[in-house]
Amino acid sequence: MMKAAGKERAIKVTLFATASTSILIVIGIFVFVGKEAGQFAIEPGAKELLGSRWVPVSFQKESFGLLPLITGSLLVTFLASLLTVPFGVGSSVYISELARPVEREILKPFIEILAGIPSVVIGFFGLVVLAPLIKAVFRLPTGLTALAGAVLLALMAIPTVISISEDAIRSVPESYKAASLALGASKMQTIWRVTVPAALPGIIAAVMLGMGRVIGETMAVMMVTGNAAVITASPFDSVRTMTATIAAEMGEVPFGSDHYRALFCVGIVLLLATFGLNMVAQKVLKKYRMG
Amino acid sequence: MRKARLQKATYWLMRAATYFIVFVIASIILKVVWNGLGVISWEFLTTMPRRSGAEGGILPAIVGTLYIVLGTMAVALPLGMASAIYLSEYAKQGRFTRTIRLAIVTLAGVPSIVFGLFGLGLFVIFLRFGASLIAGCLTLACMILPIIIVSSEEALRAVPRSLRDGSLALGATKWQTIRKNVLPYSIPGMLTGSILGVGRAAGETAPILLTVAAFYLPKLPKSIFDQVMALPYHLYILATQHPDVAKVRPMQYGTALVLLVLVLGVNLVAILLRVSIRRRQRW
Repeated sequence: MMKAAGKERAIKVTLFATASTSILIVIGIFVFVGKEAGQFAIEPGAKELLGSRWVPVSFQKESFGLLPLITGSLLVTFLASLLTVPFGVGSSVYISELARPVEREILKPFIEILAGIPSVVIGFFGLVVLAPLIKAVFRLPTGLTALAGAVLLALMAIPTVISISEDAIRSVPESYKAASLALGASKMQTIWRVTVPAALPGIIAAVMLGMGRVIGETMAVMMVTGNAAVITASPFDSVRTMTATIAAEMGEVPFGSDHYRALFCVGIVLLLATFGLNMVAQKVLKKYRMG
Repeated sequence: MRKARLQKATYWLMRAATYFIVFVIASIILKVVWNGLGVISWEFLTTMPRRSGAEGGILPAIVGTLYIVLGTMAVALPLGMASAIYLSEYAKQGRFTRTIRLAIVTLAGVPSIVFGLFGLGLFVIFLRFGASLIAGCLTLACMILPIIIVSSEEALRAVPRSLRDGSLALGATKWQTIRKNVLPYSIPGMLTGSILGVGRAAGETAPILLTVAAFYLPKLPKSIFDQVMALPYHLYILATQHPDVAKVRPMQYGTALVLLVLVLGVNLVAILLRVSIRRRQRW
């Protein structure tokens, strides 16, 4: 009897310890990314990061201003959201409210497939199909632009947005819709004036989670945005995002150099941005589920 | 009258948006399949690359990706399943449980390239594994852990309370109950959810770029401390870094097709399993 109790305790403790690894990993991420970034903040100084030029390799003076990278990421993310919101919300409304049951059963897994396509394959598609298309349509010298990155990113965010906002739309009580229809509202009126407003917090959270994915996306963006570290607001310019900078430059930097540490600073900015977005989205989702 | 027309227009607009997405997905897949199919041959799949990937096959990249996936699962599956068992069966509502859940949500949102930095800092440099299979697998395992925990917990919670109560009432201990009366019914569901993690690990490029992948390495790995080639990284290199990008286009399509088949095949298995489990388990 004693032995059995001891064994039970041992199992519980082991499981408890394993469950704690998630916490350890999160702490580890902040520690190991923060460590190098912190050293940069001490040695060349955090002020260096506020500059507007990212020239990590230079014969005269390197500069590690993060502004072009941050604006690059923001531009691509903003453009992507312009595409994600109408397509994501439109099709989640269509799938959950308007599609016939058979149609829905086919559409849902098909769009789930999109979530499974590796980002490097989407980037490759962007490289061979989308970039030449953009180049031809807008008569640009190159198709490798912020716009190309934004289109691919929207494509990658859409499955996330659809699956979460579809959940939100479906969880609107049937009685709301019934009441609206009983008052003589048409189906469309009910959808846009009753169902969607009721599901709005969930839809907003869905878009935010999708944007979190967009900011953190690396490969597809790196392959099609042209990677020029300039500050611009034009969708037809090349930009360099934070993620692409890390991925492209980390392979060539000497360990422990300023450049190496500056890349970890980029990482910490990225980490904090996605962390913030996710926390707010979770708060919204939770509040909404309670209510 | 105008109202009816407006309604009709919105309906078709939303329908068009949905089918446009479907069209784009289909064209990505068809484009890769159409152009890649001609490249696939026994030789392409089973020989070493030659002339920095311009000729020959992609065997080391396929083997590398398989090793990466196996290693990642070997680490992440037990960790994730055990965490899920704790969360669903033992954890009480409280500060610690809330912290674990917060950590899982946070992990799920961390960008893959940041996982790469973490793996580089911890496994490659601090623990001195160097760029190696083991560093890459541990990094990817951290990344897919939330997927496995969340889906496993869902499978555990789907087992009705009465199965646990019955066993406990007969005098079984908690662990006996879990092992004999909960796990047998939830393992298929746990594995299904975890397969999605496999797909993610196989297709992910950014973390392995910093922790394991070799640019061009025409031999097979001998130990877990070796570097390996990987399919997604190989595709990236061929498509953007190769000196003659246009000439190696067929190799790019071939690699993309193999990767796509691998990842989508795995996901398809997961979806089919999920359907069959749902059909079988009606409580």
